[in-house]
Amino acid sequence: MRLIIIYLVGLVFGVGISISGMANPAKVLNFFDVAGAWDPSLAFVMGGALIVTFFGYRLVLKRQAPLMSTSFQVPTRRDLDAQLIGGAAVFGIGWGISGFCPGGALPALGTGRSEVFIFVLSLLAGIIVARWLQVAIVNRAPARIRQIEEPK
Amino acid sequence: MIETAFTPVQSLGGGALIGIAAVLLMTTVGRIMGATGILAGVIQPTGLADWSWRASVLAGMISGPLAVMLITGQMPAVEVPVSTTMLVIGGFLVGIGVTFGAGCTSGHGVCGMARLSTRSIAATLTFMLTTGITVFVVRHVIGA
Repeated sequence: MRLIIIYLVGLVFGVGISISGMANPAKVLNFFDVAGAWDPSLAFVMGGALIVTFFGYRLVLKRQAPLMSTSFQVPTRRDLDAQLIGGAAVFGIGWGISGFCPGGALPALGTGRSEVFIFVLSLLAGIIVARWLQVAIVNRAPARIRQIEEPK
Repeated sequence: MIETAFTPVQSLGGGALIGIAAVLLMTTVGRIMGATGILAGVIQPTGLADWSWRASVLAGMISGPLAVMLITGQMPAVEVPVSTTMLVIGGFLVGIGVTFGAGCTSGHGVCGMARLSTRSIAATLTFMLTTGITVFVVRHVIGA
């Protein structure tokens, strides 16, 4: 029962991504192409998602605990570091080259299009190589900063 | 380059559904709805309970386009205006970037910004900027 409800939550996300246009690289790339075939739709996706999540989180996080788990697991770090900014910068370059981000591509797998599978396999390769690099870097770091951040 | 139509209503509605899903995931399992974290946890599991909720969310996400087809009779459009080489290079860079940057458009851009997290706001501004520069360079400098 628990997993069925969680499946339905994923389904709402997948339908939202599909309707919004985030699963369509042509639309995503055109959002960024202000000097060319500009399509501002993506701003409406971010706007709609942010408004709902901003107010929804405020209501939900007043509770003592979530319905199906013992505690909320919300990131607490507030510092900016080179890994965060560098990683985000590299992500943006990859997003600009391919037009797919993880949240858009995973639901797009459901369309069965071969291009999406090619992107997601490359994405997985990148994640695995980056995890391996992180372990290698962390093992050479001083003990006090030996931690790998869990991705969101 | 493929021209796309401006779709404010569908995009706003789809965005609202993305937000509803993020709020529901926090309400049920108390977790951030981030595609990067969910995917990373599925391929590198830390335990069955942790793996199973991530796999369920992922299965639901992948069912999204099918649900849309059942309702509207049409599969959502996936138009890919880039070459296979660009998909491979782009995918690999996205994988490296979201792992070191600890999140993507859903984790940082939606969930983190909604929590007013300084890290997520900084990450989102950074990747929006580099994506914009990359698209400009690819389309208007290199002319691919």
